[in-house]
Amino acid sequence: MVSEIKALIYKEIFLEWQQKFAFNGVLLYIISTVFVGYLAFEGTIGTRAWNALFWIILLFASINAILKSFLMEGEGRMLYYYTLSSPHGVINAKIIYNAVLMAVLSLVGFFVFAVFMGDVVQNKALFFLNMILGVIGFSAVLSMVSAIASKAMNNFTLMAVLSFPLVLPLLLVLIRVSGAAMQGAVISEHFSDLLIILLLTGITLVLSNLLFPYIWKE
Amino acid sequence: MQFLKHNWWKLLGILLLIYVIFGGLLFEVPALPVVQQTIRNIYFHVGMWFAMMFILFVALVYSIRYLRRFRPIDDQKALAAVKTGLVFGVFGLVTGMIWAKATWGVFWVNDPKLNGAAVGMLTYLAYLLLRGSVEDQDKRARLAAVYNVFAFVLFFVFIMILPRMATASIHPGLDGNPALATGDLDPRMRMVFFPAMAGWFIFAWWVFSVYFRIGQVEEKIKELSEN
Repeated sequence: MVSEIKALIYKEIFLEWQQKFAFNGVLLYIISTVFVGYLAFEGTIGTRAWNALFWIILLFASINAILKSFLMEGEGRMLYYYTLSSPHGVINAKIIYNAVLMAVLSLVGFFVFAVFMGDVVQNKALFFLNMILGVIGFSAVLSMVSAIASKAMNNFTLMAVLSFPLVLPLLLVLIRVSGAAMQGAVISEHFSDLLIILLLTGITLVLSNLLFPYIWKE
Repeated sequence: MQFLKHNWWKLLGILLLIYVIFGGLLFEVPALPVVQQTIRNIYFHVGMWFAMMFILFVALVYSIRYLRRFRPIDDQKALAAVKTGLVFGVFGLVTGMIWAKATWGVFWVNDPKLNGAAVGMLTYLAYLLLRGSVEDQDKRARLAAVYNVFAFVLFFVFIMILPRMATASIHPGLDGNPALATGDLDPRMRMVFFPAMAGWFIFAWWVFSVYFRIGQVEEKIKELSEN
């Protein structure tokens, strides 16, 4: 199982390296939206708006990046995996790969954001910890929704509509903690919030492993 | 007599709800500040949410059953239950909004419980949209069942966690489900409250069975028109 997941993650990274589609695409997406935000706000922005805008952009970037993960796999390739590996291997590899991809993209996103909108975060440690845990949670929920949406028509609309209500609990906790981190709150104050994020991610992982075997069969 | 043998529970439901409507509007209630007579809405508003939770749980059970046996009938029952849940959810929102206007002065406040309810509605509307986006029947049933299980668990975690997370909530029932905190209900009101809950449960099950039969008939019509 572990070697299987490793092989599948290696395959994802290899494909990404060859096409550079998701990474560059989402990177450009983040830069453009941040720039639009910068122009719209005319440079001055309060901390609340900073926080809200940052997470909205990160959420949409995640949806964009992760929707691709199952959509890009043609039917033939899914059949090929079907003969080679277990469903658990496929979904876990996707989740881990998407989490790594989104962690890198979110760090770049923060950098771009700080350049245009100004760096207003006081407690960087809490902010980054929260952000990394958040994108891991995002990738767990969104990978599963992407697997569902890729089997239906109007993928992008469907992906957004299906995932919003499911991501919202996570998003609300994340925005709360990151808002506090911007005001300089310490990690121990928000320990329970971070635990909630981990709990939600854990539940999603269990559900994904239980349910993915039912969707990947044609 | 044959009719009563199979449908006695419907009659029971009707009688209970008639009692609830009369008792709810006429019986004595404690005079509380701000809420005043609008407290009577508790029999209807809470009943809607209770019935919704119940029928959405039924939908979950049928979705799980579908994933175990792949019988189309379970999928249709899950769909009927979700539709019923949405109907009760909408009425829950409407009765809640009327109550909110009367006591808080506005139809909607930014409160975790209200937002949780809205998210629940969105989740199940998305379920219907998902069904509309898949042509193949088996695939549609499978994806819908998977999404239903996934969404139900996350939605429940959401409404359990979110109210506890909030620093302040204007909605009664500080932690978790306000409807379960019936311990502080006035004894006079319990006389109507518990029959009301039973009545709405029965009514929800009835609506569910009607939705299911409508679905069956529609299937049949489609089958016949194709041949």
